Amino acid sequence: MFKTITLSAIAALALSAGAAFAAGEEAHTEDTDFSFEGPFGAFDEHQLQRGLQVYTEVCAACHGLQYVAIRTLADEGGPHLPEDQVRAYAANFDVFDAELDDFRPATPNDHFPKSNVSNAPDLSLMAKARAGFHGPYGTGINQFFKGIGGPEHIVSILTGYTGETKEQAGTTFYENHAFPGGWISMPPPLVGDDVTYADGHSADLHHEAEDVAAFLMWAAEPKMMARKHTGFAAVLFLIILSVLLYLTNKRIWAPYKGKHKAST
Amino acid sequence: MAGIPHDHYEPKTGAEKWVHSRLPVIGLLYDTLFIPTPKNLNWMWIWGIVLAFCLALQIATGIVLVMHYTPHVDLAFASVEHIVRDVNGGHMLRYLHANGASLFFFAVYMHIFRGLYYGSYKAPREITWIVGMLIYLLMMATGFMGYVLPWGQMSFWGATVITGLFGAIPLIGEPIQTWLLGGPAVDNATLNRFFSLHYLLPFVIAGLVIVHIWAFHTTGNNNPTGVEVRRGSKAEAEKDTLPFWPYFVIKDLFALAVVLAVFFAIVGFMPNFLGHPDNYIEANPLATPAHIVPEWYFLPFYAILRAFTGDVWIVMFANWITAGIVDAKFFGVLAMFGAIAVMALVPWLDTSSVRSGRFRPMFKWWFALLCVDFVVLMWCGAMPAEPPYSTISLIGATYWFAYFLVILPLLGVIEKPTTPPATIEDDFASHYGPKSKPAE
Repeated sequence: MFKTITLSAIAALALSAGAAFAAGEEAHTEDTDFSFEGPFGAFDEHQLQRGLQVYTEVCAACHGLQYVAIRTLADEGGPHLPEDQVRAYAANFDVFDAELDDFRPATPNDHFPKSNVSNAPDLSLMAKARAGFHGPYGTGINQFFKGIGGPEHIVSILTGYTGETKEQAGTTFYENHAFPGGWISMPPPLVGDDVTYADGHSADLHHEAEDVAAFLMWAAEPKMMARKHTGFAAVLFLIILSVLLYLTNKRIWAPYKGKHKAST
Repeated sequence: MAGIPHDHYEPKTGAEKWVHSRLPVIGLLYDTLFIPTPKNLNWMWIWGIVLAFCLALQIATGIVLVMHYTPHVDLAFASVEHIVRDVNGGHMLRYLHANGASLFFFAVYMHIFRGLYYGSYKAPREITWIVGMLIYLLMMATGFMGYVLPWGQMSFWGATVITGLFGAIPLIGEPIQTWLLGGPAVDNATLNRFFSLHYLLPFVIAGLVIVHIWAFHTTGNNNPTGVEVRRGSKAEAEKDTLPFWPYFVIKDLFALAVVLAVFFAIVGFMPNFLGHPDNYIEANPLATPAHIVPEWYFLPFYAILRAFTGDVWIVMFANWITAGIVDAKFFGVLAMFGAIAVMALVPWLDTSSVRSGRFRPMFKWWFALLCVDFVVLMWCGAMPAEPPYSTISLIGATYWFAYFLVILPLLGVIEKPTTPPATIEDDFASHYGPKSKPAE
């Protein structure tokens, strides 16, 4: 019990420090260019599929994605896998069915399993639960230009190991410059060429990290494409409406407003 | 009803007369829509419409969100994810509602500071101001409780910190805190009552908004000169005013469309910019975040709360004079609520004979400093409570109180205001050239 509390306290301190404004030891997050950044950015479905592969073959050993329904892997604007592949993929997982009172193979309507390891956080929202960028002076204004930095933070963590380790209270910590405090309890999950991509894409450490970070961004924000489309349509409509209202306003006030005094 | 003389509704057809003699609702709508409005209102007078829109937006999106949300500690977080992932349009509803709160507070701060600069709080508009302050307080309560509902880490710990403030009240504090929480700590009972009140309070706000509008429709709008509309006769009043419809409705709608274009850009392209990442971690009573930060719109008052630590002389003095009843924590709570109270009392603290800041050469600078102070306090509120931020917070908090309690009362005596134009008509003409009557 004490160990759980200690662990969660350490985890909480470490994790929340990542989100904090101007934390004492500023963890360094490298900026990564992702295809989904900016108002017109879109997920690259091939990258999401590669990221899914990294997640399935590496991360899923410990971590879960409990809020993500497997069927959404077929969604447009997401990994966009064919239906039969999604069904086949789902069958890899065993889920507990309360009605059967037994385990059965998952179907696309089930969610991904929860984390297998108690101190491995669920990854469904990880890309939104960490801020990579805080500045300048802790105001967070640079997020306006760079984004909050969740997926960049994930890439930085996965590639930020130095190889140093230390033992503390029976737990091994690994030095990682991207992690607030500098020491993380997760062993380096990726070393490069951990998976073989079907599309022949390079699987070096950095590419794997970027792919899985992109996949986790999609897992956290599966409706991002739909949201940007709605936002774009709304802004366009409102700009047109503003122009029309501006002209209407000018017209109805014209009889009362003579020439501006400064210009006469 | 008192107010600016203008044409009232006259029922013409038989049906209209039948309704009017039983319920003069058409007359009420007519008088509201065609109310004479000072024609020199500038662009700072558009925030009222934005605020009305925000209230409607929050109620409309909120009602639909409630259909899919589950107020239970084990299910709330997952139900929000369900809304975002599975409900049709749920991601937009949720982001509109969350960012709608930010727009609401942005607009209310613009509205309040407009009132502070142009002296809108001064006689005879004190009741409009006080009702507005009550609306603002209810907005803060509603916003705070709404932030608890997603049951993330910041929801939980924010609720713990803020309800803890009531626990700082001597003697009766702890029973009050327990009563607010429905138990010894933030738990399911807290979530349920916050949910209930979060649904109730917006309708109370809506009622107060009607009173707010009723009050200023009785006194008439203030305007950038602070000069009253002439009320001697209808003809005289018409020189200073134009009817709300269509002149101000169209102007306000134009401004609203521009504001909404920016708002939808934020909702569409960066909906989590104003949120806190920790709130995407489910609430965990065993893990305290290193920095508990409220939403941006509470930050100035949060900074004032934290500014008065035990080593500040006035806190030590208060502690000594009350024989320890007022400790640093309670002093901070008093300061936070006091900061809002002094703002509410400003109609009686401002002694100047001139209403608008436009004609007050010294006031202008103190007011500008107050605006800067507000932003600096907001920044300090987001920073950890350690030097140099604690010192800056203390200076900022001191200026906030000094402005309302010392500077405003003294300025009225010291300052020599310039002369405002005699009439609104003159002011309007000086901006838009000689009076040009419409051809018709």
